[in-house]
Amino acid sequence: MSALINALSTRELAEIDDEISHAPYRSAVAIDALKIVQAHRGWVSDESIKALATYLEMSAAELDSIATFYNLIYRRPVGDKVILFCDSVSCWIRGCAKLEQHIGDRLGIKRGETTADNRYTLLPVPCLGACDKAPVMMVGDDLHENLTADSIDAILADDSTSRGEHD
Amino acid sequence: MTDRGLTHPLTRNVHQDKRVTDLAAYEANGGYRGLRKAVEMTPADCLQVVKDSNLRGRGGAGFPTGMKWSFVPMDNAPPGHKYLIANADEMEPGTFKDRLLMECDPHQLVEGMICSAYTIQADIAYIFLRGEYIKSAQTLSDALREAYAAGYLGKNILGTDYSLELYLHTSAGRYICGEETALISSLEGKRANPRAKPPFPQVSGLWGRPTIVNNVETLCNICHILDRGADWFQQLGHGEDAGTKMYGVSGNVVNPGCWELPIGTTVREILEEHAGGMLPGYKMRGFLPGGGSTDFLTEEHLDLAMDYSTIGKAGSRMGTGTMIILDDQTCPVGMVKNLIEFFAHESCGFCTPCRDGLPWTRDVLEEIEAGRGREEDMGILNHQVAFIGAIGNTHCALAPGAMEPLQSALKYFPEDFERHIAGQSCPYCDAG
Repeated sequence: MSALINALSTRELAEIDDEISHAPYRSAVAIDALKIVQAHRGWVSDESIKALATYLEMSAAELDSIATFYNLIYRRPVGDKVILFCDSVSCWIRGCAKLEQHIGDRLGIKRGETTADNRYTLLPVPCLGACDKAPVMMVGDDLHENLTADSIDAILADDSTSRGEHD
Repeated sequence: MTDRGLTHPLTRNVHQDKRVTDLAAYEANGGYRGLRKAVEMTPADCLQVVKDSNLRGRGGAGFPTGMKWSFVPMDNAPPGHKYLIANADEMEPGTFKDRLLMECDPHQLVEGMICSAYTIQADIAYIFLRGEYIKSAQTLSDALREAYAAGYLGKNILGTDYSLELYLHTSAGRYICGEETALISSLEGKRANPRAKPPFPQVSGLWGRPTIVNNVETLCNICHILDRGADWFQQLGHGEDAGTKMYGVSGNVVNPGCWELPIGTTVREILEEHAGGMLPGYKMRGFLPGGGSTDFLTEEHLDLAMDYSTIGKAGSRMGTGTMIILDDQTCPVGMVKNLIEFFAHESCGFCTPCRDGLPWTRDVLEEIEAGRGREEDMGILNHQVAFIGAIGNTHCALAPGAMEPLQSALKYFPEDFERHIAGQSCPYCDAG
């Protein structure tokens, strides 16, 4: 058991404990805990599921059934940034299908795939709630509105420039 | 200077540049005055004011808020926690109103929640926020920190013996979390499966305790109602409904956006005066009045008032009040297929008509759209509408809601479906 818990970092455990402190029982924080692990590691591995389940006093199967239920928990590795591309009705009316094609061609991936350099994963997302600025997408935490093929090119170019500065 | 808060209570702190209203700016504009008045009153008196205001839930169903709250056990309540939850899981396709309220004026939601929690005597409250709303998470976290520091939250609020803890929960993403019993399941750390009712959450909700779940816009109204009174709120509306409403328009219009207007403003005024009408070269064919799960209405309904009963009588629902416009160059079959795809993906999978019926419906629409439609497909679609759309075949309203745009598209645009099948192609796609 301690070996499994060691699979979680001290910081992850501290953040999970903070959630547990105002929950009636440990497994009540399952979703918060999955989000915490993902924030630190980018995705949730089988090993993390086992360690978390032990820590939250629930079965790994139950925790996995929760993890796979939610759109924003990633059970497979994703790129450095996830592109959440809205394909719901208002964006569709405003031509998002062609733009998804454009972004896929530019990055050489289809929805659900990660670029060879591991920078981006492209995922469709249900309505992002910015329909007056359709089409929209998120790159990492940033929302980009009124998309065009040109603006997508500029967003991706800016993103790789700012990464270069951090490297 | 006229007080904008008198006519536009919800957006009095929403500015052109979308800057966040912090605590100092909020208080300077009358903020937390409603809470100060509320704690001078008894919870029963607060409830009476909310009932008298005739406020109806702004999340889509339009249930009277005061009546919903009146089912919470009060004086004879068994010992233990009571909960208030703000439903900030805005995921109805085409809906973008709560985002604006939370990003620009987070304290309004916080104050509305404290007033509401005081009224039902809840001691713990949650904001259930959709995970993609990164900026809202930031503005609300900052507002909560400020509110705790100022004594509006925590122990002995404003020197009274009333205490409230308010937590922010960010969701891991699923449309069904917007359904109140599914939201409660999710907040308990589970899969967001809706629950059969009864028991109703007011009696047995979060962790089996009395729980009220209200939409963000509903809660934002409460502090103003307690501050200015039920009569003031009543006269804000144009028709029989009370207050203002956050209305929105998206689609191929000149000025898509979201505006606070008197409830009961006509569809035509919202579309033509506020959204600026259709973009040059486009003609309106129909609209979904309040999100993806509402029935299409058409040009003949433009002069109707956007309120619960008027839109209901016309065969649709006001829903969230954010309209999606179908224009003459957009394929109605493709639009409905897009919506059904969404609902099929977001079904929690618990009830068979929803889990299996929605993907089947999507597949039929996909075949029609791709030019492989068969004559008998129309019969299948009509059967699905009757079976999946029937209330009572599923635990929650997701599947019946999904059928609303389809059934009304079959009613208003049958020739479009028939042209796809007869011509074995999509006339809109071929047009370019």
